[in-house]
Amino acid sequence: MTWSEMQPLLSQACWDTLYMVGWSTLIAIVGGLPLGVLLVLTDRGGLLQNVVANKVIGQVVNIARSMPFIILMVALMSFTRTITGTTIGREAAIVPLAIGAIPFFARLVETAVREVDGGLVEAVQSMGGNTWTVVRKVLVPESLPSLISSATTTIVALIGYSAMAGTVGAGGLGDIAIRYGYQRFETGLMWITVAVLAVVIAIIQFAGDYAARGLHRRGGHSGAVPKLRLLKAKAPAAEVATAETGKVS
Amino acid sequence: MHPCPAHTHALHSTVTETPVITTTGLTKVYRSRGREVTALDGVDLHVREGEVYGVIGQSGAGKSSLIRCVNLLERPTSGTVTVAGQDLTALAGRGPRAGRELRKARSRIGMVFQHFNLLSSRTVQDNVELPLEILGVSGKERSRKALELLDLVGLSDKAKVYPAQLSGGQKQRVGIARALAGDPKVLLSDEATSALDPETTRSILQLLRDLNRQLGLTVLLITHEMDVVKTICDSAALMENGRIVESGTVSELLATPGSELASALFPVSGDATGDDRTVIDVTFHGEAATQPVISQLARTYNIDISILGAAMDTVAGKQVGRMRIELPGRYEENVVPIGFLREQGLQIDVQGQEPVLVKEGAK
Repeated sequence: MTWSEMQPLLSQACWDTLYMVGWSTLIAIVGGLPLGVLLVLTDRGGLLQNVVANKVIGQVVNIARSMPFIILMVALMSFTRTITGTTIGREAAIVPLAIGAIPFFARLVETAVREVDGGLVEAVQSMGGNTWTVVRKVLVPESLPSLISSATTTIVALIGYSAMAGTVGAGGLGDIAIRYGYQRFETGLMWITVAVLAVVIAIIQFAGDYAARGLHRRGGHSGAVPKLRLLKAKAPAAEVATAETGKVS
Repeated sequence: MHPCPAHTHALHSTVTETPVITTTGLTKVYRSRGREVTALDGVDLHVREGEVYGVIGQSGAGKSSLIRCVNLLERPTSGTVTVAGQDLTALAGRGPRAGRELRKARSRIGMVFQHFNLLSSRTVQDNVELPLEILGVSGKERSRKALELLDLVGLSDKAKVYPAQLSGGQKQRVGIARALAGDPKVLLSDEATSALDPETTRSILQLLRDLNRQLGLTVLLITHEMDVVKTICDSAALMENGRIVESGTVSELLATPGSELASALFPVSGDATGDDRTVIDVTFHGEAATQPVISQLARTYNIDISILGAAMDTVAGKQVGRMRIELPGRYEENVVPIGFLREQGLQIDVQGQEPVLVKEGAK
């Protein structure tokens, strides 16, 4: 195969991959962010404490997340057909990709939001802020660097998933690797595909890290603030027993 | 170090008799996994308008629960909280969530925290603007107000920096500016100086004192440091095991025989230099002591008096504090001089004798 033969194949595949990954990332963020925040808020001691809801959401997320993607894709076929009218092509692939990525991203969001210092939540409550204010002004902006890292991880995982989608007719770089690399022994094209994927992933990772680090450096973190406190402040933390010094008996 | 150069003239305390914070029978019980912990056990607190009121106690005494019950960050199990005439406990909220009325009431109560709790993603100015955003104040007005408050706490040049670039004391100043954004009548201070070094602690306390005097701001603070109470409080309460065991103005406390707070605020020590000596503690509590009694005593009875220790302060021209003195001879021989001191309106505790009024087991 010559380069002039490979070039249109590759650029089309690249575009298809980016198209699938782009849309499914968008849907994963739109769906996963509220879900992850909800997982924190409904947890014990959270602002919207609701143990039943928390258990239900948690279970659904766990099951969806531990499902091998290739099985999820096949299992969702009839659902995909209802939405897109087909099970073949890049539009069809977006459905299982997004559904697979929502719980994945939601868990990462949950971890990131949990890291926000509970004292900040308390401060906003003391100013008269409601739960929505807490989410908008504290939980999301304060965890933004971690959220960006989480989104980067999700995009990289989606590129992997999209290659699997290629095996069932979704197009993209995975499809090229299967059809030309595996079925026709076009080793040259195979290696070029691998190289292109490596470059794409490296660029995404670099951009994500850069953005997250930039935000982190700007804000930094306010020195003595202890991390990993629960959402609601528990008993007073750092009280030294110096109270005794003044008391003479 | 003075934060407000424009107000260096002498400012007088503006304490009135109007109660601003009143709690009655405040009880808070935490339940977790079938275990019950009583953090507050029937607390009655009365904070008057314009005063600095300190609640002191050791870790686990219930101070934190108390201050969080005042703005209902913690909902008390029973009892009522009234702030500026409004019964907050009557304002509804579904479970831990606060209803609109309660949130509105909270916005009129400022709060500062031990760990400052500034948003690291926002600049200093944006942090101060946050409560104003919640109140729905317009952008221009927000930034005007924020800059004015930053000026008040002496940080007008730091408006555009991020909290991470500030020192602890500066962060707490931002915290104070933020707490004042909603023009509160009441400021709650949750161990505001406990994470700071002694020098910074002094300057923050000075700032709180100035704000109290200038703005007529009522301050309720909790602390485990006796020095904080000593430096700025008009009144104080001692908490132990979820109860207030002593409370009152500093001179009321001094007038209370056997008051633990008074002896901690004005500690005196020193032992008798011999067996045939009488050691007595003289307490001056404002109302009585304007006479130079010690030298009068020496002249009237022609006795030599040694001062073993003293912790005195002059408040509004009156001496307040305690002094430990030693008289020659045994107690029996000194009944008359001691009677003289009592006649002057001073409170006398004879060391070694068992004073009738001292509470037992409290120490």
